[in-house]
Amino acid sequence: MAAVLESLLREEVSVAAAVRWIARSTQSSEDDPEEAAALTALQPLRKEFVPFLLNFLREQSSRVLPQGPPTPAKAPGASAALPGRPGGPPRGGRGARSQLFPPTEPPSSAAAEAPLARRGGRRRGPGPARERGGRGSGGPEEGVGGESPAWAGSRRPRGSGSPSSPSLPLSDPPNLSNLEEFPPVGSVPPGPAGRTKPSRRINPTPVSEERSLSKPKTCFTSPPISCIPSSQSSALDTSPWGLGLPPGCRSLQEEREMLRKERSKQLQQSPALACPIPELGSPLPSRTGSLTAEPADPARVSSRRRLELIALVYSSCIAENLVPNLFLELFFILQLLTVRRMVAAKDDDLEPSPDSLESPLFQSVHDCVFFAVQVLEHQFQILSYLDKGTLKLLAENDRLLCFSPALQGRLRAAYEGSAAKVSLQMPPPTHAVSFQPETDNRANFSSDRAFHTFKKQRDVFYEVLREWEDHHEEPGWDFEKGLGSRIRTMMGQLSAACSHSHFVRLFQKQLLQMCQSPCPGALGEAPDVLSALGADKLGRLRRLQERLVAPQSSGGPCPPPTFPGCQGFFRDFILSASSFQFNQHLMDSLSLKIRELNGLALPQHEPGDEDGESDVDWQGERRQFAVVLLSLRLLAKFLGFVAFLPYRGPEPPPTRELQDSILALRSQVPPVLDVQTLLWQGLQARRAVLTVPWLVEFLSFADHIVPLLEYYRSIFCLLLHLHRSLVLSKESKGEMCFLNKLLLLAVLGWLFQIPTVPEDLFFLEEGQLSAFNMDTVASEHGLDSMPVVDQQLLYTCCPYIGELRKLLASWVSGSSGRSGGFVRKITPTTTTGLGAQPPQTAQGLQAQLAQAFFHNQPPSLRRTVEFVAERIGSNCVKHIKVTLVADLVRQAELLLQEQLVTPGQEGGDPTQLLEILCSQLCPQGAQALTQGREFCRKKSPEAVRALLPEETPAAVLSSAENIAVGLATEKACAWLSANITALIRREVKAAVSRTLRAQGPEPAARGERRGCSRACEHHAPLPSHLISEIKDVLSLAAGPRDPEEGVSSEHLELLLGQLGQTLRCRQFLCPPAEQHLAKCSVELASLLVADQIPVLGPPVQHRLEKGQARRLLYMLLSLWKEDFQVPVPLQLLLSPRNVGLLAATRPREWDLLLFLLRELVERGLMGRMAIEACLGSLREAQWPGDFSEELATLFNLFLAESHMPQPQLRACELVQPNRGTVLAQS
Amino acid sequence: MILTKAQYDEIAQCLVSVPPTRQSLRKLKQRFPSQSQATLLSIFSQEYQKHIKRTHAKHHTSEAIESYYQRYLDGVAKNGAAPVLLELSNEVDYAPSLMARIILERFLQEHEETPPSKSVINSMLRDPSQIPDGVLANQVYQCIVNDCCYGPLVDCIKHAIGHEHEVLLRDLLLEKNLSFLDEDQLRAKGYDKTPDFILQVPVAVEGHIIHWIESKASFGDECSHHAYLHDQFWSYWNRIHRDSILGTSDVKRGSMSAAPPPFLVSAALHLDSPLHLYFVVSSSCCMTHLHEHWLTMQTLTHHAGTHMDTVLTTWKHGLLCRHSAHHMGTGLPRRHAFSSFSPGVPRD
Repeated sequence: MAAVLESLLREEVSVAAAVRWIARSTQSSEDDPEEAAALTALQPLRKEFVPFLLNFLREQSSRVLPQGPPTPAKAPGASAALPGRPGGPPRGGRGARSQLFPPTEPPSSAAAEAPLARRGGRRRGPGPARERGGRGSGGPEEGVGGESPAWAGSRRPRGSGSPSSPSLPLSDPPNLSNLEEFPPVGSVPPGPAGRTKPSRRINPTPVSEERSLSKPKTCFTSPPISCIPSSQSSALDTSPWGLGLPPGCRSLQEEREMLRKERSKQLQQSPALACPIPELGSPLPSRTGSLTAEPADPARVSSRRRLELIALVYSSCIAENLVPNLFLELFFILQLLTVRRMVAAKDDDLEPSPDSLESPLFQSVHDCVFFAVQVLEHQFQILSYLDKGTLKLLAENDRLLCFSPALQGRLRAAYEGSAAKVSLQMPPPTHAVSFQPETDNRANFSSDRAFHTFKKQRDVFYEVLREWEDHHEEPGWDFEKGLGSRIRTMMGQLSAACSHSHFVRLFQKQLLQMCQSPCPGALGEAPDVLSALGADKLGRLRRLQERLVAPQSSGGPCPPPTFPGCQGFFRDFILSASSFQFNQHLMDSLSLKIRELNGLALPQHEPGDEDGESDVDWQGERRQFAVVLLSLRLLAKFLGFVAFLPYRGPEPPPTRELQDSILALRSQVPPVLDVQTLLWQGLQARRAVLTVPWLVEFLSFADHIVPLLEYYRSIFCLLLHLHRSLVLSKESKGEMCFLNKLLLLAVLGWLFQIPTVPEDLFFLEEGQLSAFNMDTVASEHGLDSMPVVDQQLLYTCCPYIGELRKLLASWVSGSSGRSGGFVRKITPTTTTGLGAQPPQTAQGLQAQLAQAFFHNQPPSLRRTVEFVAERIGSNCVKHIKVTLVADLVRQAELLLQEQLVTPGQEGGDPTQLLEILCSQLCPQGAQALTQGREFCRKKSPEAVRALLPEETPAAVLSSAENIAVGLATEKACAWLSANITALIRREVKAAVSRTLRAQGPEPAARGERRGCSRACEHHAPLPSHLISEIKDVLSLAAGPRDPEEGVSSEHLELLLGQLGQTLRCRQFLCPPAEQHLAKCSVELASLLVADQIPVLGPPVQHRLEKGQARRLLYMLLSLWKEDFQVPVPLQLLLSPRNVGLLAATRPREWDLLLFLLRELVERGLMGRMAIEACLGSLREAQWPGDFSEELATLFNLFLAESHMPQPQLRACELVQPNRGTVLAQS
Repeated sequence: MILTKAQYDEIAQCLVSVPPTRQSLRKLKQRFPSQSQATLLSIFSQEYQKHIKRTHAKHHTSEAIESYYQRYLDGVAKNGAAPVLLELSNEVDYAPSLMARIILERFLQEHEETPPSKSVINSMLRDPSQIPDGVLANQVYQCIVNDCCYGPLVDCIKHAIGHEHEVLLRDLLLEKNLSFLDEDQLRAKGYDKTPDFILQVPVAVEGHIIHWIESKASFGDECSHHAYLHDQFWSYWNRIHRDSILGTSDVKRGSMSAAPPPFLVSAALHLDSPLHLYFVVSSSCCMTHLHEHWLTMQTLTHHAGTHMDTVLTTWKHGLLCRHSAHHMGTGLPRRHAFSSFSPGVPRD
């Protein structure tokens, strides 16, 4: 491999030829025969060139960026890496082949190759280690769910040791001036969040004789310096001795003195943060003001030509997408650009070889910067598409200005011309999913029980969610401990499958609602800090300061898949619920939704459409695309998470046999979602920009076995092929848009760095790739060729691109002391909900004509028409419901009344009644279609006309109207024809049960008399007031009472008067209140009859006068007759209990009762027969002897009266002034 | 008029172990002449219910039931006309209506083969004439009419008050031209839990968006507030609150407040009666923050001549709010000397 590089360096082979050689393997006519010959000899090694180059660069830079800079090279380098793995699986057979065919190298370069191979082998150790460094930061985040071993640790067993392990080359000194490990003030520790650092720090490897005195070690093991947290002290006290100060001249005392100075400096800088609490396990970056960057000077670059050549090869590899992760390389380059200082070159570290490859590539900071600037010049196009903030930082970079004023000028121009502001979207406030009457109502549940269970579940779910919102950020709060059992109890109640689907629907909707827009911290910036901008300045400054000293929560340029923000809740919920049924339903539902969204007909763009209107349209279309894409990614992420959850384990199977058996088993399991087909379709329809990002999210959760399965392996190959084909520099008509490509490259590059994706997958043989020559000419105007992706979406989908900006910002803040110039004013935007899905157009010529019509019109026209059709169709159904169906229901009610009135039909079986009614009414439902058509025909054109521009040509307008009518009618009629009968049935059923329930004794009267008169001002006393007043009287009468208690007859009269008012003003009266009033009034009458009401007044008169009692009874009778609209339980007057009241009175008075009975009969309030029946049953009760006799007399008297003519009765009554006379007469 | 926490506590203090009878209420009225009878009765009722909730279980042990029944039998054997059951319940410190239920249940158990169903018992309590034993019927009746905190009559009164206030509220909404869906309409739509009204077009009160209104015809102490919150309001929030608050929430987002503070506004409908109106507003409600953000509103004070007008008094945040959670009727003229549980809306 080195031979290739060397021949390049010796300029025997041109860079272009080499890159062609690497990329395409076949020789082209452009190649110089000499070059070709040189390269052909190296043919078997072709595929190993890129990994070699990457490793070579990483290795060379180790002097500046030693020990796991976050530039993981997922480059397995050579096959030699494979035997290192016990029973290493054959990755594409490459390992085996390498062993079968040992390197055939030209003898000329053999000598040079040998040491290099050794060296490469040695470097391979740190390769994966670096990678872990870059990715390991996922640990803390993942640890939240207690799942860290499964994800974060997955790489560990494969690496050849931790950074502190002996495998670390001894020649690599822990470079303490390295900004990675000792970032300057406010800098971002790029890439590896400090997970692995403490171990490095605590066990420093003494690597050079300069440190042989082990002073630092003494320092580490010495008693902790008071008041400084140990982790911080280690971070602080190391900086001095890393500055190349003469060793051995420092005693511990001196170091302490320095520390003190450091601390006081720190105190001055930020008094509030004198003792910041370091994050668990990660030391704070030291705030070493003294660590200034070494100035870089273009004049002092050591071997320009060599650097230029390698930069060119490297850039070409990047441009040809031969590197796995474009942004990782950019990150690496920016690291080189912002290198602070170089470890002084040590003589023993250099192998004294004159060979051009053996001498270090980067001999000074100047070399690094020169190389970086060279590469950046080649990559200007990509840079120019980065967000404005990054561009500004690049343009303002002093080194860049110094090394390449031209590039700086271009960057400045690009910055000024850029509108690519990336703003942090605010997380939307938590919205509960609203109750959806269509899906959530009772009719959608199998039973009342299921309905009510779901009702409860919804409440529990939100309770859990709220609790999580309140507590999840508290330290020590544990999801499982706090909510686990409640969730499981709730899941346990979801017994019926139907309830599961309901709950899953709610869950998924809530997920989309909460997590659709990027979560806080998606751009690696604490949202509260940003949101504080614009608030009061003090708080702003303070927070800004905090932000600059606190390590930022960033996962480096290749963070592992995580569930940031609200997504964590749903992840933990799934884990805690651990319900098989729930997961299955969830997968079904997610798959369905993904299919639905993936197939969404997104608007098509006419490239020539340049007028101002289309610009507005584009914003909307972009937004819609972004919403769909983000939703899809979210859904796919969760689908991947749930689908691969059962297989997720910390590491790949240990032995080949085990793996084979697992493979055999797993290959039988159908994929949860046929992603392969979807990917194929997406590629063919040129919608990769929509399909691939979500597919990547899905695959990022795959377990170790998945990439080995034939099904998924083919997907990976396809993706790889796609990756290779997305050459950014190629821009032709019909080609994918630049930012679309960039998005795909970013997500794919990220995917290739996922621990579970095999390392060697990327560097596959072309033979395997060439099988996937897809034919994408099929559709010319696919989504891919439309500028649907903007920087906002790019950064939202790939927050790790923001790391570039952070790196640059940390340079700025470190070198000039300016506090991060990249925090900008944020203009929050909100995403809208998903647009309505346009209805599928019918097949046939007509549909094709309509398509053709739309094709030639601005996309807004199509949207308008489809929107109108969708709305009108829906409105049509609603209109039918309130007109036709409501009419039918009214008819049903009338029919029902007839049925009930018809003698003999009473008490008919409700279901039978319903059947009869439905059989009569449902045929009329056929009218719905006619009416629906009419509605759509009338309404659609109006709406289309109102929404389209006035200047629309008449023909276009009328076509649009016709299409809208057609679509709306189609939609409405499809629904109506399928559902009208069921709808009528349901409504009639409800009406029948309503009618039957309300079926009182006098339905006709009730209907007429409801409501008070028009003139009523509703000033009557309130029913509740009257009930409680009457209750007071009743309780007084029932006793026990104090001697002075009583009521006046005036009060009683007033009370009855008010009762009349209340009954006449129906405003506040509800049936239960009226029923109680009726009952109480009867009780009152009984008390009057029995003379049991204690009356206030002169001591002698403790009873109501007979005349007063009669007057009151008259009032009551009139109320019963005229005002009560509910049945009055008058039979209570003759209940044993009320009649029994008379028994207690001495002497007994029967005349009032008799009077009352007569009046009841006379006013038609009670039938004579009913009274006689009551009296009859009264006699059966147990009474004192004399009372029974009197009762019998009364009965006889009443019976006798029935045969007397009315006037006589009156006369009789009038001549009886004294009590007891009635009985005397008898 | 605002009842301070101290005043409330003082009244509640007097109600410890007081039987829920007419006489107790009269004494209470003498003790606190400045408070309206409705206020006192409402507090009485609520405090007494708390008391019963605490002691309910001990009256329902089989030993207790047996002993009560025996005492009842002994009592009526001596004198059937004496208020045996009422005195028994006062003596053991239990609500007369509930005591009547216990004895009735026990009585029916003894006299019928099958244990009586709940509906039979309820029906007999509603209409004691159905009770086969005349003496027991009288005793039960006496208990029910004398109980001012429990029993079918009291339930009916409470129900009526609730209904009346719903009507008042509806009138008010109509008067203010607010479009709404009431409970019946919501049920017809298939909602499982329904507040009294959902506003079809949300309104802003004091800068807070109101989505739905629930009126509670009861005294709004903290305890009941929490209970309602748990039983009903979160359910509404889970269902009804939605992102229809575009206007202001966008403004809020624009002005960078990370999440709009949660608000539950509790408002009192001021009808000289203990009554609560609840509005839930804004987006992310958090249980813990509720009290801090309890806005209390006095609505619907009466103005001479006009029907009603809305006067809002707002106490924001913190302690003041906690202590002024109780607020009662103004000194509006009362019409009836004997009113109890009477909202007594003056009709000028």
